[in-house]
Amino acid sequence: MSSETKQILTTDGIPLEVSLKKAEKKNKIKAFLLVAPLLLFLIITYIFPIGDMFMRSVDDKMVTNMLPKTFKAMEKWENLDELPPEEVYRGFYEDYKLLAENQQHGKLGQRLNKEKNGFNTITKKLFRQIKRNKIDESASIKEQINKIHKRWRNVEYWQAIKRTAPPYTMAKYLKGMDMYFAADGSIAQVDEDRRIHRILWLRTLEIAFFVTLFCFFMGYPIAHLLATLPMKYSNLLMICVLLPFWTSLLVRTASWMILLQQQGLVNDFFVMIGLVGDDNRPEMMYNKVGTYVAMTQILLPFMVLPLYSVMKTISPSLMRAGKSLGGTPFVAFWKVYFPLTIPGIGAGCLLVFILAIGYYITPALVGGASGTLISNQIAFHMKTTLDWSFASAMGLMLLSGVLVIYWIYNKLVGVDNIKLG
Amino acid sequence: MALPSYTETRYRVWHYIYIAICTFVFFFLIAPLFVIFPLSFNAEEFLVFSEGMKNLDPDAFSLRWYKDMVYGTKNPWGLAAKNSFIIAIFATIGSIILGTLAALGLSSRHMPYKGIIMATLISPMIVPLIISGVAIFFFMAKAGLAATHTGIVLAHIILGTPFVVITVTATLSGFDHSVTRAAASLGSNPVNTFMKITLPLILPGVISGGLFAFVTSFDEVVVVLFLAGLENTTIPVQMWTGLREQLSPTILAVATCLILLSTLILLSAELLRRRSERLRGINR
Repeated sequence: MSSETKQILTTDGIPLEVSLKKAEKKNKIKAFLLVAPLLLFLIITYIFPIGDMFMRSVDDKMVTNMLPKTFKAMEKWENLDELPPEEVYRGFYEDYKLLAENQQHGKLGQRLNKEKNGFNTITKKLFRQIKRNKIDESASIKEQINKIHKRWRNVEYWQAIKRTAPPYTMAKYLKGMDMYFAADGSIAQVDEDRRIHRILWLRTLEIAFFVTLFCFFMGYPIAHLLATLPMKYSNLLMICVLLPFWTSLLVRTASWMILLQQQGLVNDFFVMIGLVGDDNRPEMMYNKVGTYVAMTQILLPFMVLPLYSVMKTISPSLMRAGKSLGGTPFVAFWKVYFPLTIPGIGAGCLLVFILAIGYYITPALVGGASGTLISNQIAFHMKTTLDWSFASAMGLMLLSGVLVIYWIYNKLVGVDNIKLG
Repeated sequence: MALPSYTETRYRVWHYIYIAICTFVFFFLIAPLFVIFPLSFNAEEFLVFSEGMKNLDPDAFSLRWYKDMVYGTKNPWGLAAKNSFIIAIFATIGSIILGTLAALGLSSRHMPYKGIIMATLISPMIVPLIISGVAIFFFMAKAGLAATHTGIVLAHIILGTPFVVITVTATLSGFDHSVTRAAASLGSNPVNTFMKITLPLILPGVISGGLFAFVTSFDEVVVVLFLAGLENTTIPVQMWTGLREQLSPTILAVATCLILLSTLILLSAELLRRRSERLRGINR
């Protein structure tokens, strides 16, 4: 064959290869344009704000912006074990005077006080001196400030100021793990009795793990029953799974609050069968028990549905074949049926775990103090303490955990294989 | 599931244990919903079954909490219901439009970076609501949309689209693309083809995704708690406040109505699913 005939041309004389590539590209753009509106919408309203959360969580520009001259002068402060030179004092004095004129000095004092206890007092003293014009700018500022309070002569306070210089900090993330930056810049642990966050992280993992486990042990049998029953019965039973799935989360939580209260039906039942006495009905709500029970019931459909859709595809003749080859029903189940359901188990467990780890509403209502999770702590800092940067930091720590599981889920199951209903 | 007559005793016993476990789990799933019905007709203010109710005394039952829900003074439920429906309807429309378009693009075999884009589009469903809530709040506060209906609708579109994307992509996976090519070869333009051929065929998937989006919006409380002002209160927010402060029987009356609504939605979703499977020729 000659080289001319190799090149196939379209009717307009363009080589077929080029023309195909062009068409392919056009199709690609077409497909992308269809996705673009949603993608753009999500990027602007959702992905960027999550990035914004990150910026807030590491942001520490307040002091950096308040004391520009101080930090500039501190570059020349070489021996950090000795008091800084005159320039640093002068820079700090000028910065502070400007802040005092703009009524911003209180904020600085509070922020520095967080870094090192006792700062608020000595900045207030400095403020009074400045207000009364007691500071002579032509003389040595260092000597005058040092005279105001003995803490100004303590180098640790100047080191504390220096530590606030970087505009970004990981301090909030350390705080989320009950750690902090010690005076010398190393990472230290919070005292044992004040490690509240670590307890919350562990409890969140623990509750998510056990809820997943309970859901699995309860969901597997009924998914199996639903998949093996004749259609007309299984459709009816399926409603038992789907109705809670479609019912408002708050309604389901409310019904558990009624059932689990001390005078509730569950306690009535326990008294009736003589498990507990009428006068010492156990507290089943506002603790971990309530969280476990309610969350298991609420998340159970998310376990049953993926399991069911996998089990539905397993031919019943496989079990029969296993038995006819001499396996007992147990062996046939364990060696033939169970391995085939593993994709469903993976999908269901990961889904339930992901949902459980970020649960907020139910633990807040039935969890009490010992049943609250990390989400509740995030909400607390968003709404009550208004420490948004800390809330953002904890949210992102939780998010990174969830994204790892999501990634595994995507690898194992594929997000496009999520089935609903 | 009748057992064959040759079954050994131990497997027979095991079979009954299995049935018992399943019965217990189904009971555990569905029974809590039914506690709400009778208690919402309680004549008294307490959320326990009174002696009269246990003896089925007609005087122990009343409609007073339903009356309170509708006519009660200083009653938030009217406004909340109105807001909930308005927000859910607009959020559903938005989710359907954006989600269906995206699903059409994603189902095309020419779509580049399909995996990562799909993962991004589904992410609002996976990311814990509290984090979505914080992020969306930061955005809406900056955009000046906090405490507005628009802000809440946009937030619910974010949370609702994954469901539409998933259901419509699933419907399109069994879609025979030769019908659209046939339409094109007969001279129809793409928009016309979509409206006359594709849309009717994928409609069950679109509507069932829409139902999911509706329920998501109608039931959503975490994000609304961050965004809503007093004027934008919704039914879930009112229930949340009510459940935190004091559990009044009026809440149970509302809850009963919500259960009836979800039953309706479940039935329509089931009918749609069956119709969709019939249309796509899947017979299970």
